Amino acid sequence: MNQTATIPARVLVTKIGLDGHDRGSRIIAAFLRDAGMEVIYTNPWQKIETVVTLAMEEDVDVIGISSLATDHLLVPKLMVALKAANLGHIRVIVGGIVPDEEETDLLEAGVSKVFHPGSGREEIVVEVERLAREAAAERPED
Amino acid sequence: MNKIDTNAPIDDRTTAASDWKRGFDAQVSDTKTIRNRSGIEIDPLYWPAEGSDPAYDEKLGFPGSGPMTRGIYPSMHRGRTWTQRQLIGLGRPEDFNARIRKILKSGASALSMIPCNSVYRGLDCDEVEPELMGTCGTIINTVEDMDICLKDIPIDEVSVGLNDPNPFTMLAQMLVVAEQRNIGWDKITGTSNQSDYISHFVANHMFYRLSLTGARRVQMDTITYLAEHVPNWNALSVVGQHMQQAGATPAQAMGLTLSSAFQYAEDCIERGMDPEKFLERFTFFFDISISFFEEVAKFRAGRRIWARLLQERFGVTNPRALRFKFHAQTSGVDLTRQQPLNNVARVAVQAMAGILGGLQSMHTDGYDEVFTTPTEGPAKIAIATQNILKHEAGLCDVIDPLGGSYYVETLTDQMETEILRVIAQIDEQGGMFKAVQSGFVQGLIGESAMAFQEAVDTGEQVVVGVNAYQDDDDDTARPSVERPDPDWMQGQIDHLAKYKSERDQDGVTAALNTLRAVARSEDGNTYGALVDATRAKATQSEIIAVLRDELGFGQPLVVA
Repeated sequence: MNQTATIPARVLVTKIGLDGHDRGSRIIAAFLRDAGMEVIYTNPWQKIETVVTLAMEEDVDVIGISSLATDHLLVPKLMVALKAANLGHIRVIVGGIVPDEEETDLLEAGVSKVFHPGSGREEIVVEVERLAREAAAERPED
Repeated sequence: MNKIDTNAPIDDRTTAASDWKRGFDAQVSDTKTIRNRSGIEIDPLYWPAEGSDPAYDEKLGFPGSGPMTRGIYPSMHRGRTWTQRQLIGLGRPEDFNARIRKILKSGASALSMIPCNSVYRGLDCDEVEPELMGTCGTIINTVEDMDICLKDIPIDEVSVGLNDPNPFTMLAQMLVVAEQRNIGWDKITGTSNQSDYISHFVANHMFYRLSLTGARRVQMDTITYLAEHVPNWNALSVVGQHMQQAGATPAQAMGLTLSSAFQYAEDCIERGMDPEKFLERFTFFFDISISFFEEVAKFRAGRRIWARLLQERFGVTNPRALRFKFHAQTSGVDLTRQQPLNNVARVAVQAMAGILGGLQSMHTDGYDEVFTTPTEGPAKIAIATQNILKHEAGLCDVIDPLGGSYYVETLTDQMETEILRVIAQIDEQGGMFKAVQSGFVQGLIGESAMAFQEAVDTGEQVVVGVNAYQDDDDDTARPSVERPDPDWMQGQIDHLAKYKSERDQDGVTAALNTLRAVARSEDGNTYGALVDATRAKATQSEIIAVLRDELGFGQPLVVA
C-alpha cells in the first residue's frame, strides 16, 4: 500500500456550469503540476456527465471544481453522479466564491474541502496530496 | 465676470492657457466660488509659472487639448462629474426593473444591465440547469423580457450600459423596445460594455460566444450598422479590465488594450470608415487596482499615448476623436473574503485612483462581491462611496490635482515607457488579433498572474487579513446570500413557452433563415439581419445558435 505515496496524485481541474472565469482554475492547475502532480485540465462549461467520464478514463484521485459565479450549486449533482458511476472514492474539492451557508451544503453533499479566495498555494498542495492518498487507498480493485 | 481670472495663481498670458479658459468657461455655467474649510479659494486648475517648465506644453499641456495628459475635457470633474454606472442584474426582468428604479432614485445617473450567465452562454431559460438560473444576472431571452426590464424607465433620457457580448442580442432587443415605444434610435445613448471580443478570447471566457474570426465579422457588421442607424450609441468599448483581472500588470493591461483599439481601428478603416468619425465613439473600460499611484499614472499615460499615436498612426486631427474616454471598475481581485468590511476601504482607495486618473464613468464594487453578486445594502454603500468622495472629500474641485507632483510625473513617464514597450511587442507579433490567435498575449498575462500570486504567497505583497493581520475571530458582515425562489423559475420557463407559442412561427423561421443566409454569404450585414430576427420574436438563443452554426464557436485557447 505504501507505494501509492510514490505514484503522483492525479487531479482533474475543471469548471462545470455556465461561468467562464478561469484565471483561478488555470493557476491552480499550474501549481499542482509544479508540485509534481499529474493534472488534467479542461476548459470551462463542462457538463457533469463529461466530468464523470473524464474522471473515470483518466483514473483521477481528486477533482477540483473552480466556481466563481454560483456554479458550485451544481456540485451536489456531481457528487451523486460520481457515486452512481462507482467513483465514490474520488475526492472532490471546490475553490472560488462560495457563501458560508452554501459551503455547509457542499460538505454535507460529500465535498472534501472548500477553498476560499486567499487560500495559500502550500495549503492547497498539501491538502490535495493528502486527499489523493486517501482516494488511492479507497480505490476499488478492478 | 470670469472668476478664474480673479486671483489666478499663475500667469495666463500663454495662448494654451487662454484657450483652456475659454473652453472651461464654455463648459461650466455655474461659476460659484469654491472655498476649502480654511476659506481658501480653490481654482479649477493649477499649472507652472510661465517659462518655469519648458516641457510643460509638450508633455502635459492643458486639459482638453494637446497631449491630453491632464484630462480630455477643459472642465473635467469641476464641470461635470463622472457617471455613476453600477452593474445591476438579478433574477427576473421584473426584479431588475424594481431594483434599477430604486438605484436611479438614489443618485445613479445611468443604468447597466447584466444578464444571467445562461445568456452569456447563448442559452434560454428552458435550456439550463435550474439551479443556475438568475443567480448572477437577469434572465433576458426575448424582446418582451427586455421591455419588462425597462418598464417606466425613460430610455431616451438615461444612458444605458449593456453587458452584451458579441453578437449583441440585448442591444437588438432594446432597439426593438424603442421602436415599440415610438422612440427614435437616434435618442438611444449608451455603450455596449462587453463588446471587445479580443479581450474575451484572451481573458474572460465568460463572454466568449463566437469563434475569433466569426466574432470579428459580426463586430465589424455591428459597428457599421450602428454608425448608420444608432448614431449616439458607443458600439465599442475596448476592455482592459479582463486582462488586468486575469493577471496582467496595470502597464500590460493598458498596452494590450491600446493594441486592441488599434486593431479595431484598422479593421474599421479596412471597411472604408473614416477614423476622424468612428474614433469619436470608441470608449475604454479599465480595472482600477489598489496600487494607487500606479493606477493614476496608468490612466494619465494611456490618455497621452492614445492621443499621440492616433495622430501618428492614422493621421487623426479631430480633437473629439483623440479623447480617451473611459469607464472604470474597482478591482474585485483586490477584495478579500477575510474581514470583508475592509473592502469598503479598499474600494474607496481604488475609486480615488480612478477619479484622480480622470475617468468619465465608474462602477464601485460592493464589499460583498467576494461572496456573491452584490446585494442591495453593499451596493448602496458602493454608490455612497462615490458620493462621499465627490461631495465631502472635494476630489472634483481641481482638475488633475496630482499633475506636477515629481513622483506622479516621473511615474507617468515610466508607465508610458512600459506601455509603449508592450505595444511594440504586439506590433512585432503582427497586431493584437494575431497575437491572441497565437497565444502570445495569454502567455504574457499568465506569467504576470503567477508572479503576483507568488508575491502574495511569500508575503512580499502584504494583503491585510489574508497573509498579515489575520483575525481568527472575524465574522463581520458576512452577507446572507439570497438565491432566487425556485418557484419563479418555473414561471419564467412557462412565460417563455407562452411567448414562443403566441408568436408567428413562420415569421421567426423566415427571419432566422435570412440571418443564416447573410452569415453564410460573407457580405451583407449580419447585425441588420439579427435585429430583424429579434423583431420577429426569435429568442437570443435561437439567434446565437444560427451564428454559431455558420461562424463557428471556437474554444478559448488555453496557455499554461
